[in-house]
Parts: sequence; structure tokens; C-alpha cells
Amino acid sequence: MADLTTDFIGIKSPNPFWLASAPPTDKEYNVRRAFDAGWGGVVWKTLGAEGPPIVNVNGPRYGAVYGADRRLLGLNNIELITDRPLEVNLREIKQVKRDYPDRALVISLMVPCDEQNWKAILGHIEDTGADGVELNFGCPHGMSERGMGSAVGQVPEYIEMVTRWVKQYSRMPCIVKLTPNITDICKPAAAAKRGGADAVSLINTINSITSVDLDNFAPEPTIDGKGAHGGYCGPAVKPIALSMVSEIARHEETGGLPISGIGGVTTWRDAAEFMALGAGNVQVCTAAMTYGFRVVQEMISGLSQYLDEKEIGSTADLVGRAVPNVTNWQFLNLNYVTKAEIDQDLCIKCGRCYAACEDTSHQAIAMSDDRVFSVIDEECVACNLCIDVCPVEDCITMRELPVGAVDPRTGKKVGAYANWTTHPNNPMAQAAE
Amino acid sequence: MTNSQLTPGVAAGRLGADKYRDNFADIAPRFDPHEALVAADRCYFCHDAPCVTACPTTIDIPLFIRQIATGTPEAAARTIFAQNILGGMCARVCPTEQLCEEVCVREVAEGRPVEIGRLQRFATDALMEMPDHPFMRAAATGRKIAVVGAGPAGLSAAHRLAMKGHEVTIFDARPKAGGLNEYGIASYKTPEGFAQAELEWLLKIGGITVRHGQALGREITLEGLTGDFAAVVLSIGLGGVNALRADGENKQNVLNAVDFIAELRQAADVAGLPVGRDVVVIGGGMTAIDAAVQSKLLGAENVTIAYRRGRDRMSASEHEQDHARSVGVRIIYNAAPVGIVGEDAVQEIVLAYTEDGPDGLKTGSETFRLKADQVFKAIGQTLAGHSDALELAGGKIAVTGAGRTSLKGVWAAGDCASGGDDLTVTAVAEGRDAAEDIHASLMG
Repeated sequence: MADLTTDFIGIKSPNPFWLASAPPTDKEYNVRRAFDAGWGGVVWKTLGAEGPPIVNVNGPRYGAVYGADRRLLGLNNIELITDRPLEVNLREIKQVKRDYPDRALVISLMVPCDEQNWKAILGHIEDTGADGVELNFGCPHGMSERGMGSAVGQVPEYIEMVTRWVKQYSRMPCIVKLTPNITDICKPAAAAKRGGADAVSLINTINSITSVDLDNFAPEPTIDGKGAHGGYCGPAVKPIALSMVSEIARHEETGGLPISGIGGVTTWRDAAEFMALGAGNVQVCTAAMTYGFRVVQEMISGLSQYLDEKEIGSTADLVGRAVPNVTNWQFLNLNYVTKAEIDQDLCIKCGRCYAACEDTSHQAIAMSDDRVFSVIDEECVACNLCIDVCPVEDCITMRELPVGAVDPRTGKKVGAYANWTTHPNNPMAQAAE
Repeated sequence: MTNSQLTPGVAAGRLGADKYRDNFADIAPRFDPHEALVAADRCYFCHDAPCVTACPTTIDIPLFIRQIATGTPEAAARTIFAQNILGGMCARVCPTEQLCEEVCVREVAEGRPVEIGRLQRFATDALMEMPDHPFMRAAATGRKIAVVGAGPAGLSAAHRLAMKGHEVTIFDARPKAGGLNEYGIASYKTPEGFAQAELEWLLKIGGITVRHGQALGREITLEGLTGDFAAVVLSIGLGGVNALRADGENKQNVLNAVDFIAELRQAADVAGLPVGRDVVVIGGGMTAIDAAVQSKLLGAENVTIAYRRGRDRMSASEHEQDHARSVGVRIIYNAAPVGIVGEDAVQEIVLAYTEDGPDGLKTGSETFRLKADQVFKAIGQTLAGHSDALELAGGKIAVTGAGRTSLKGVWAAGDCASGGDDLTVTAVAEGRDAAEDIHASLMG
């Protein structure tokens, strides 16, 4: 059995699966159930400054995007940070950590953007026994209108400033949670690093309206006829999160900064992908909210089996394995030539590849009178669309043409590696060395 | 009522009221909305989809399923009705396992097709519950057209002609319109008066008058019609029934399956219908299956279908044969009736084993007997009541193109016309196409 224990910036947990700061981690009862179900760690739902508790809406807080059979693909929420008194949360955190010493327990924080507020909240949490803090610079709704959450996360200078305060007034490991609602994720990540952050976590939720009520002409979720944008999460956001994680992992300024990967992690495979792109662990919310805490058991067994099959001894050995293979377009091999190939035994003759290629691509699939579909190598540019729309796994595959073979489309021989930087059509091409 | 399944002879009320209700309830109820979405999502929206090719009325099936999947079953129904105005009935009675669903790529790949028939019913039921008829009539042409026979072909033709602006009169021999939809389909496939409800809905287009009790060659003649109307559509079905040509065929309780099915469809209470303790059905088509299954559902103890050829030659689909077996019907292949035994009424039937070889069907010398209180003949129907002026082909009215007969101004469609496969859906297609051809001929 592979070793799933994880040491993330000094915080140890029996597995890399943490629950993200979110509704599932708002109180002792839920967190105990999570730990009993096997979660390696929990980021407690964001605490705010002392004073009158936060108020939430009393109508729907969530909106959904569905796939087939009402499978939840995306979820958005307009819930704010914890609406329970600070002292209640602190008491419960202390109790839970004492009862589950082997699990990671990190406290998410969000207070108004001044030094005094941050100093005060850190003083409150110091003796809970929690393993670290996560600074919520990500929430895109409600709190951001009050100058917190993503309002901070969108200004790198603020991130750096607050992070510096936190490191100054606390000895705890500090994770900065980033908002994806910006243009270049490396800027806030670099700011966090400059401020002294031990790690970043991402992504927080994405500004979103899940749907529009076409009878009442209001965004959903609708509160008394009105709607406000919420934060989008769940399987649908994973590609965006993966890209942002990879950008931080390979950026010269932020490379090596520990990352806690968040965004649509639903299965062990999703977790492994985040980790291969540089995440030291992952945080999960929507999968737990959709299926309950038991899903972690599949994540544990799946990741363990995968690591065994790959003979990867520990999660640390998986982290970052795919990062060297993330590159920029200009470095892709323009002499890598493939052709689609249809396995006639697997083909069910639905013709989707034909419709896609004929209507929207390169007219590279032929259809016979008896519905046999075949690739026209002379036309195929290897775009992959036929594979993407084919309902049968592995029915269409890409065959690589070896160097020296003639590409029937161009009539030219396949050459050795060469990219855009040296391509003759590139006005900026560098002279070949 | 103290009868049971074991009561000898032919008796009514063999079952309790609950049992009758269950037995004759809707065999494939309408999908609920979520079931429909799940079923619709399985459709791959194939290019040049095989299901469309296989549909005799060429309904754009991937389109209507996508319309269901996106929450607009009424639009789906319009897609269906534009090709097949009896899409509601066809959704219930089409042998989809031999048509669209047989060639569904998911049937080929997984053995589990998209449930096209049930999705079609979901859509058509949704639109038929709306107050308005979905089609409008074109401006009146002033042309009068006669349709003889108010079955699927006739109704389809009449609706299309009315839509084109013609004035249509349908002449039907029976007290109710609908043809086989009303008199010839198993009850559990179309319960709750659906055939009449569909008829009323179809007639909402306007411009169609139905005259009952008007049989060709009796109250009306083809010569009379061609004189009074700009065009005539013959959609008279097959009114005759083939004989067994076995000794003793005229004994009591040796009946035509089509009459039994019609009686059952018209019964106010099926509990009052007498059925034998031992029933034998002769034949291999849908009529045989329907008669046998319903005998069983009425409480017969033993029901046997005897078919003279092998299983692969049976025109009833595997699905229908399986259904018959599932309710307890026994199917004997390669056996043909040679004699009916009994005093006044049938008591036994004598069957001979047959061999279907390259030289045709041979009846062997070895025979066996089955106990039989009732024998239903379901060995095919024949054209009856047609005009001698018409040329025939293969025992049916000869047609070319879209139902043109040998007489100018006379079209034929449905089971009475040559070609075709005697399915409801084929009759609908032929009726529609004849209407289009008539319209083009009159207006062109």
C-alpha cells in the first residue's frame, strides 16, 4: 500500500484529502462526521472579526448546473462566512482538534483589511491548537462588497500587506487562498510569497450566475425576485483550477511555493491530476456536498491503488510530476504529426464524428452508403474533435507518423522536433543555431 | 359469479375484478418527466440517423428527442405530428423493436436502444393534452375529396388533405371511426379510449366530415364517389378473413381472432366476456399474439399458439413472442391444424407437424391433439368489398407511386393497397403520401 500521509508546510495528515473551508466545515458536528468518515484534514469555515455575527439570506443559497440524470456538474453559492459567534467556533475547534490530533485542522480567516483586526483575530485563535491559518482572499460575493475576500485577493499589494501582518503576529503556518477572478493568477501568488506565505490554495469560487428564471426574468438562485452573482465551484471548474495551479507551479517567481489544490475535485483521479500539476494536497467541497462525506473512501482507495500501480511510494513523489511538461504553445513540436484512426469493430455507426468533421472541421471523414466511417488522411489535421465527440471510448485514436514518413495531407516528410520560435512563417523567428 | 380459471368450457368472469383491472391496464405507461429526460439523454443525435431511415413515416427522431431533453415536449410532438399525425397511436403500437429501436446504434452497441416509442408517447401525450390543435388549414381550395375507411391510412390522408384546404368526407362502414386502432389492437396497448380521443383530436383540424355505416359496395359505390368527388382515397383495410381449410372448421367456438379482439375492445366490462378454459390460436402474426395474450388475461387456463412454420418466420416480433410467453402463452412452432373435433362445439384440435424446406411447407403424417374449448383463427386477412373495376396485385389493390390505382382519380392506402407491411405506421405514411400526391395532382 502506498503511503498517503502528507506533510504540507509542516502540517501532517493521514491523507491528502482535506475539506475546504465551506458549509461542510462550519461546525463541530459536521467536522467530527468528516473526520470519522476518513478525511485527512479540514479547513474550518471562515471566521470573521469579533462582534455581531454575519447574517445570511433566508432564501436559496445555491444554484446548480446539471448534466445527464441531474448529475451536479456545477454549484454556485451566495453563502457568507460563518454566521455563528466567534467564541462558539473557537471552542468547538479546540475540542475537535483535541479529539482528532492526527488530522489537519486549519482555520480560515477573513477580517477587515487593517492591521488591528488581523492582530486581534490571530490572538483569538492562537490557543485553539489548530495547525495553521488560511487567509480567505477569495470569496467573490457579499464580503467582497465590504472590502474583504476577493476585494483583497484582486489587489496583490493588499495580499502582500495582510500576509505580512499574519506572519508578524502569528507563528502558525499561513496559506493564502486565491481568487480566480483576476487575469493573471501568478501576480497574487507572487504577492503572497513576498508577504511570507507558506503556501497558496486555489481556486476559490468563480463569479457566476448559474441560470436565469425565464418566467420571472431573474438570476438564480433568486431571492424575492432578485439575484446576485455567486461563487461557482464543482466539477465544471476543474479545468480552470488545473490551469491556474500549473501556472503558479511553473512560474519562475512562484515555482516551488507549496500549493493546496482546490476546484472540482470529485474523484481520486481529479486529486492525482492536481497533485501531478504541483498541488501538495487537495481540498474538496462540492463532491462532499453532493454525495456526503463517504466519498473520501473512494479517493483514498483510488489514489492508493494508482500510486501502487505506478510504483510511486508516497504522495510527495507524485507532486509536480507533470509540471515539466506544461509549456507554452510556441514550444510545441510542430513536426509532431498524427492521424485519426477509427476502429471499425468498436464503431457503433452513430456518425457523430462525420457530422462534426464535415460541418465544423476539415471534411476528413468519409461516410459510405452502408454507414462505414473512415478517415481521409489527406485531409485530417489531427484536431481530435472526432475523438471528443465519439461516444465510444477508444474507438477513434490518434496514430503518430514516425519521423521520415510522408504526411499525405502535406506531401512532406515528417521532420524532427521544431517549434514556432524557429518556424519560417514566424516573423519573429530566431535564427537556427 | 363463481367461475374460475378451472371452470370447464367457455365462461365469463373467471377472474376477480382486481385481476381484470391489472391485466388490462396500460402495458407501458407514460414516462414521468424525469424518466423522459434520462431516456432522452441517451440519444446520441446520430448523423443521418438509422432510426429515421427505419421509420416508415420518417420522423426526425433525434430532433424530437433533443426537444424533449431540452424541456419542450410540445415542440417534440410537432416534429412527430408533422410526419405522422397518428404519432400518438404509433407510439403505443409500433413494433419499435423491428423498426427504429432495432437499428438504434445503442441497440447495436449495447443491446439496449434509446426508448424511442415511449419518448414519442411522452411528447405526443403532452401536446394532445393542450387545448388547441397544432395544425392550421390552408385557404379553402373548393375541392371535395372522399376517403373510404376511417382507419389509420384514411385518417392520415384526411388530415393532410384538410390541412391543404380541401373538404374531406370520410365514409366508414362501422359505427365508430378508427379502423384497426379502434377494433383491432390489444386493449392493454391503448387503454382508456385512446383511439377515440385521438380521433377527436385529429378532427379538430376541421374540414373533415365522418359518415358512419357507409360500406363500399353497399351504401356507396366507387362509381358514385368518383362522380361526386374530385378524388377518392380507398383505405378500406382487409375486411375478409382466411379460412383454416381444416375439417370441422364450422363447429361452435371456432372464431376469427379479429372478431374476438374487436369484441374485447368494445366491451364495457371485460369480466363479461366469455373465454375458454383451453384456448388454441392458429397463426403467427400480431393478431395471433394479441388474441392469445388477451385470452390468457381474460382467465383462460391454457393458451397455445400453433404456428405452421419456424420461429424465425413468425411475423410477430421476438419482443411480442416473449411478451406472450411471459403471460403464460405456449407457442408451438411447425404445427398446422388438420381437424377440429367435437360434437356441436369444438373440444379438441388435431395438428400435424410440418417441415419448412426448400420445396415449401410440407405437412407430415404425425399428428397430435390439443384440448380446445375455443379456437381462434388468425391466419391472415383478405381484401373484401372492393370494386371490380380496380386492378389487383397479390390480392390487394394494385398501386403505383404514392398510392395511384388503375383508376384515374382513385388512390389506395394502407393494408388494402399492394406493397407495404400491414403496420399502422405504414398505413399512416401511405395515407399521408397519397394525400400529398392528390394535392399535387389537383392543384398542379
